[in-house]
Amino acid sequence: MSLLTVSGSPHVHARQDVKSIMYGVVIAMIPAILVSLYYFGLDSARVIFISIAACLLFEYLIQKYLLKGPITITDGSALITGVLLAFNVPSNLPTSIIIIGALVSIGIAKMSFGGLGKNPFNPALVGRVFLLISFPVQMTTWPLPVPGFTGIMADAISGPTTLGMLKEGLMAGKTVSEIIASSGFPGYMNDFTGAQGGSLGEVSAAALILGALFMFARKIITWHIPVSYLGSAFAFSVILWWLNPEMYLDPVISMLAGGMLLGVFFMATDMVTSPLTAKGQLVFGIGAGILTITIRNWGAYPEGVSFAILIMNAATPLINNAFKQKRFGSATLKKEIKAIKQTA
Amino acid sequence: MKTFKLGGVHPEEKKITANKSIEYLPIPARVHIPLAQSLGAPSKLIVEKGEMVRTGQLIARGEAFISSNVHSSVSGKVVKIEDITDASGYRRPAVTIDVEGDEWLETIDRTIYIKSDIQLSREQIIDRIKELGVVGLGGATFPTHVKLAIPTGKKAEILIINGVECEPYLTADHRVMLERAKEIIIGIRILMIALTVDKAFIGIENNKPDAIELLTKLSKKDSTIKVVPLEVKYPQGGEKQLIKAITGKEVPSGKLPIETGCIVNNVGTALAIYEAVQKNKPLIERVVTVTGDSLSNPGNFMVRIGTPVNYLVEKAGGLPSDTGKVINGGPMMGKALTSLDAPVVKGTSGIIIFAQQNSHRVAMHNCIRCSRCITVCPIGLEPVSLVQYSYNELYDKAEKAYIMDCMECGSCQYTCPSGRPLLDFIRLGKNKVGTIIRNRIKN
Repeated sequence: MSLLTVSGSPHVHARQDVKSIMYGVVIAMIPAILVSLYYFGLDSARVIFISIAACLLFEYLIQKYLLKGPITITDGSALITGVLLAFNVPSNLPTSIIIIGALVSIGIAKMSFGGLGKNPFNPALVGRVFLLISFPVQMTTWPLPVPGFTGIMADAISGPTTLGMLKEGLMAGKTVSEIIASSGFPGYMNDFTGAQGGSLGEVSAAALILGALFMFARKIITWHIPVSYLGSAFAFSVILWWLNPEMYLDPVISMLAGGMLLGVFFMATDMVTSPLTAKGQLVFGIGAGILTITIRNWGAYPEGVSFAILIMNAATPLINNAFKQKRFGSATLKKEIKAIKQTA
Repeated sequence: MKTFKLGGVHPEEKKITANKSIEYLPIPARVHIPLAQSLGAPSKLIVEKGEMVRTGQLIARGEAFISSNVHSSVSGKVVKIEDITDASGYRRPAVTIDVEGDEWLETIDRTIYIKSDIQLSREQIIDRIKELGVVGLGGATFPTHVKLAIPTGKKAEILIINGVECEPYLTADHRVMLERAKEIIIGIRILMIALTVDKAFIGIENNKPDAIELLTKLSKKDSTIKVVPLEVKYPQGGEKQLIKAITGKEVPSGKLPIETGCIVNNVGTALAIYEAVQKNKPLIERVVTVTGDSLSNPGNFMVRIGTPVNYLVEKAGGLPSDTGKVINGGPMMGKALTSLDAPVVKGTSGIIIFAQQNSHRVAMHNCIRCSRCITVCPIGLEPVSLVQYSYNELYDKAEKAYIMDCMECGSCQYTCPSGRPLLDFIRLGKNKVGTIIRNRIKN
């Protein structure tokens, strides 16, 4: 008889592993990829391809030549960063800038902290914010959508986004209703289908919601961060809108426009950079929601999702310390202590 | 449907042997009966090498407060008294007996007649249980007479009978409930007298509807015994989780279940109590599930304590050629055997044979801080942090993070998508912290 394997319990394991989680997220991003191809055409394919290839390549080079450790580029995490970085930039972004973004995302935000699971900030968001600050013009020149998979870089006409128009309009002294009535302002339907200018992965609410539903069904993400994030952002928007509808945007458009849904479902929910307990995740979501609306309305940039999530990423260790899981038997213990104090 | 609220997982059930009736196995030619068969101190040997013993005869006496009597499960000649490798992998003293016939002590009632009226008093019942070596058959093997001796100042109010059997593969308790239901009900009534309680609940997960139905029918006349169907969730068979599921009460950290007025006993233990009290039969045999995906004749076997595992496996169709691992107990909390010569003891609920391809752990990745280990922990601990503390030898932090509350159910490691050996490190930490606490108490 051959030797028996001896190991500590448990001897069985759940089916879900790191790879199935990571590739599950990738599958959930497919609807948004298809929408971006439909409206931005080959250019979108170029951005996504370059971003993925550069992320994988940088991870490989760093692991092989700098860390001299195991190569883990097949675990799916660099692939997600690649797609997310592409989702967060305009489809006409020059290839060289995408490569710089990938280097910052993988090299600085991820590998310099030790790779998968060790990074405090969402790598794709760090890459995006780096590019936004370094290349403000290229990062905010949005090609308008051309349906039918035909859009190409040379011919694309560029135009502003919902939030960009709003910011500029308000600064020029217009009211919200005047801005909405102006030509080229995307309506609810455009926000939903994706027929609008914007970063290539953020334009279609429908595609992002479809992907999110898939992740919920596969139990890749839980409801805590998305619901608290959207809930707090929505509540804050409602209050502002109720106070002054001519100064602040309709809360429903607020939720659909810009990077809100992309951030809520695909970046705020990043396990590595969000809190551990359900309670902590609710705090994280509420904080990110309020920050997003604050930055959008009173910040210099029209968009606030990236900054809001990165700020909450920074707060995550503190949240982890403060919001622990309720321990079994701790409620009874508290009751007992109370009872003892009362009798004493 | 009731269940516990905090944490828990749903491993694949794999109850292959659920429909296999209990089969009485012929007695093997030789048995090894370990002297330490319960939690607590080992028992003191009272037979000598060369002595002839009869089935049911006392061979070792439990003298410490927490210890239990051990009886010969066969008749024959004591040929060896030496250390053997037991199911835990350690070498421990055992009595080896060469079987000759099957001659029982005459005091034991071996008829199949079900004796339902209980004549013994509370004290007599507890004495009988102690004398006849009854221990908890759920796996922890805590001596039952110690459990029934309620500490002064405390009062038992509710008896909970554990028919949960939440471990995958195992079906021994399920079969016992189906085939020995009447005796179990009498055992419960005996326990209620011993504890002077007037309420008993039988908790059964609803993947055993036949057992729920049968026991509900049998306990209908008796308004004090109630069957509680439970949602299927691991580790519902844990004492604290079962009490929570049935009564909603939580046993405080570091305390015993009696703090909530509950006493939990396994269905198998209830049967053993019936046999001890009504039939004067010591705990010398038990039902063991022998199972595995590629075993040709898996089943539930009634075997004498001390029967070697390889004898059992032979009877279940022989060791499959693709065997990689043999587990004593369930796949979540059981121990991998180092040798098939290890004997069945009072706490052996099952022997599971895993094929080579299922015998190894999954590939390990970095922790991705997904927090699934926290979500599934039935005690509400943070396994990921406990592992960090253990790994970095921060034992004071581990203690403050309640590492000693961990019941080693394995839900965290089962669920970890990065395949990290969480429980290995938590066990290490518990070991170290336990030593530190004991030293502190001593000084």
